[in-house]
Amino acid sequence: MPESAAPVTIVPPIPIGTWLETGFTWFKQTFDALFDVIGDLITGAINGIADPLLALDPLVLAIILALLGWLLRNWKLGVGTLVGLVLIIGMDMWEPAVETLALVVVATVVALILGIPLGILAARSPVVSRIVKPVMDFMQTMPGMVWLLPVLKLFSIGVAGALVATVIFALPPAVRLTELGIRQVDGEVVEAGQAFGAGPRQILKDIQLPLALPTVMAGVNQVIMLALSMAVIAGLVGGGGLGNEVVGAISTLNLARGFDAGISVVILAIFLDRLTASIGSRRPGHGRLRELRERFTRTPATAASAS
Amino acid sequence: MPAIEAHHLYKVFGRKGREGVKRLEAGAGTDELKAAGLTPAVIDASFTVEEGEIFVVMGLSGSGKSTLIRMINGLHAPTSGHVELYGENITAATGKDLRRLRRQRISMVFQHFALFPHRSVIDNAAYGLETQGVGKEERRARAHEALELCGLSGWDEHLPSELSGGMQQRVGLARALAADTDILLMDEAFSALDPLIRRDMQDQLIELQQKLGKTILFITHDLNEAMRIGDRIAMMRNGRIVQVGTAEEILTDPANDYVAQFVADVDRTRVLTAASVMEKPAAVLGAEQGPRAAHKLMREHQIPAMFVTGRDRTLKGYVTEDEVGRHLEQKDLTGLLHPVPGLASVSPDTSLADLFGPAAETPAIAVVDDAGRLIGVVPRITLLSALAAHAETDVADAPVTADDETKEAARA
Repeated sequence: MPESAAPVTIVPPIPIGTWLETGFTWFKQTFDALFDVIGDLITGAINGIADPLLALDPLVLAIILALLGWLLRNWKLGVGTLVGLVLIIGMDMWEPAVETLALVVVATVVALILGIPLGILAARSPVVSRIVKPVMDFMQTMPGMVWLLPVLKLFSIGVAGALVATVIFALPPAVRLTELGIRQVDGEVVEAGQAFGAGPRQILKDIQLPLALPTVMAGVNQVIMLALSMAVIAGLVGGGGLGNEVVGAISTLNLARGFDAGISVVILAIFLDRLTASIGSRRPGHGRLRELRERFTRTPATAASAS
Repeated sequence: MPAIEAHHLYKVFGRKGREGVKRLEAGAGTDELKAAGLTPAVIDASFTVEEGEIFVVMGLSGSGKSTLIRMINGLHAPTSGHVELYGENITAATGKDLRRLRRQRISMVFQHFALFPHRSVIDNAAYGLETQGVGKEERRARAHEALELCGLSGWDEHLPSELSGGMQQRVGLARALAADTDILLMDEAFSALDPLIRRDMQDQLIELQQKLGKTILFITHDLNEAMRIGDRIAMMRNGRIVQVGTAEEILTDPANDYVAQFVADVDRTRVLTAASVMEKPAAVLGAEQGPRAAHKLMREHQIPAMFVTGRDRTLKGYVTEDEVGRHLEQKDLTGLLHPVPGLASVSPDTSLADLFGPAAETPAIAVVDDAGRLIGVVPRITLLSALAAHAETDVADAPVTADDETKEAARA
């Protein structure tokens, strides 16, 4: 048996990857200018958030975030946040942590801007739903790091590519849980809206979205968690922040730095998770903000209705 | 102009619904369509609901009544046929026109209330006005009024989940009433409530209808409820309307065995009225006639007493054979004419149940209209035989049921 050729097989070579790369290269060349603009926009947005935050004294910012935790949930989250953030400052991870936070915030906002309308469309049209589902599966099950490659090609090393990869990875739950939330709304309640002559947009705004809110917020929570994990991986393509620290620690085998960065990620994750989970589980109109407002503007009438 | 006109409505679920309609029109049976993968929910339903009427569609679950009611306000599109509301074709209406028709003409109360859980009670009640574009102040005022009308004052700012089932349905009713549409659709509106509250709500509905004069299309699977509140009742079975009539018509003259079987358990004494069992008086004496004429008439008809009326047929009183016989020499009825006791003179829509008391006191009950004119009598014996008819149908039912089953079996 000659040994020179590859083993004989009836399956012809199918270089999907090569095809994709060819397509990608063409894509990149054709829309190069566009991607430059997008890249600049993204970098601008992230710096626009990170810079002012970094201009503040770390302790002041930590206290502000702790207050936010208290307002949206309870004093425990406030105290926990303060302790955690002070820990990050102490580990000298404050700057990368804030950069990562900025990246996560922008990625989440973009993912929600794309994902929620897509989820609404999918909930209304079975056709859209059938198309969206496999695409979301593909985006979610593809190993996260693979997304770094096309992104590198389009934006080269830098925070813009990191953001796009993060958005791709974090988008699916926004779409899925928005669709699920809307589909879960009691059919008779939607019928009631129709029966009283509400239009599709009114039904969406006044009935479906408010009732889907807890589920949508669970999606938002997941988007943030996925964005955080991907933002760290994106350190490989120059995403900056804690990802950079982790990558640097790995390449220099610096265990101490690696754990400092890792623990900072954990602290950020817990803070973001608790904060957003509390928004989702809250009954509409019963938040602490409203409670505070009522406490300060209490009149006999509102006191009676609140009791 | 009738409030609702349904013209040959069909709803066939499945891919080729229209073909299913054609086959039904050609005489195909339900089973035949089911074998072809089609589900006929409503078959050739036509009826008219007059303004101010309570029209009840009565049928067991799966008879297609919920689908039918949803075609009236266009929540479901009929496979064939159309619905007119005050002459306007709602089936053909789309988008803006459809929404305008719904806002203006027709509101709905749902079986499971379908309240908006995130809105306060008053904002729920104001919803119809909100879609109509009424300003906030006014719609809250009107919603508050509707809530009061439904006995829900003081709950405005609560969430629906804080209310009991009966109260939640009052909110549902208030929401429909506040919208102030001409027509009210009620889809098994009281079925989810427990029996005592249900009766209470039925009474309230009748009262509200009399006060507000709404046209109501009411769906139920409870025949007693249908008989209690319906001016007319449509009996539905397997998607077809098998009989339309008043409660009495359906009771006394059921269109087929199915209806007969259904009505067998109904308490007739509550449904049948004096008007449905009363007889033409065998003999009536004019007030100007004398004792001799009276005596002769009573002898002829072999009755111990008779009613006396004036020229305009108003009831003047009664005379007895005994007394008249002793005063035959008198010129007129002076001293012989007894006033009819209040109990023994009833209006035509008094239920049979309320006739038993008077019947124990007097051999015949006079039925008089609003102007006091004598329009019929209910002799004691007639009252008893009306009840006996009930027992007869019970007996007659047994072979009928068997028949029905053999027919079904033969078809299958």
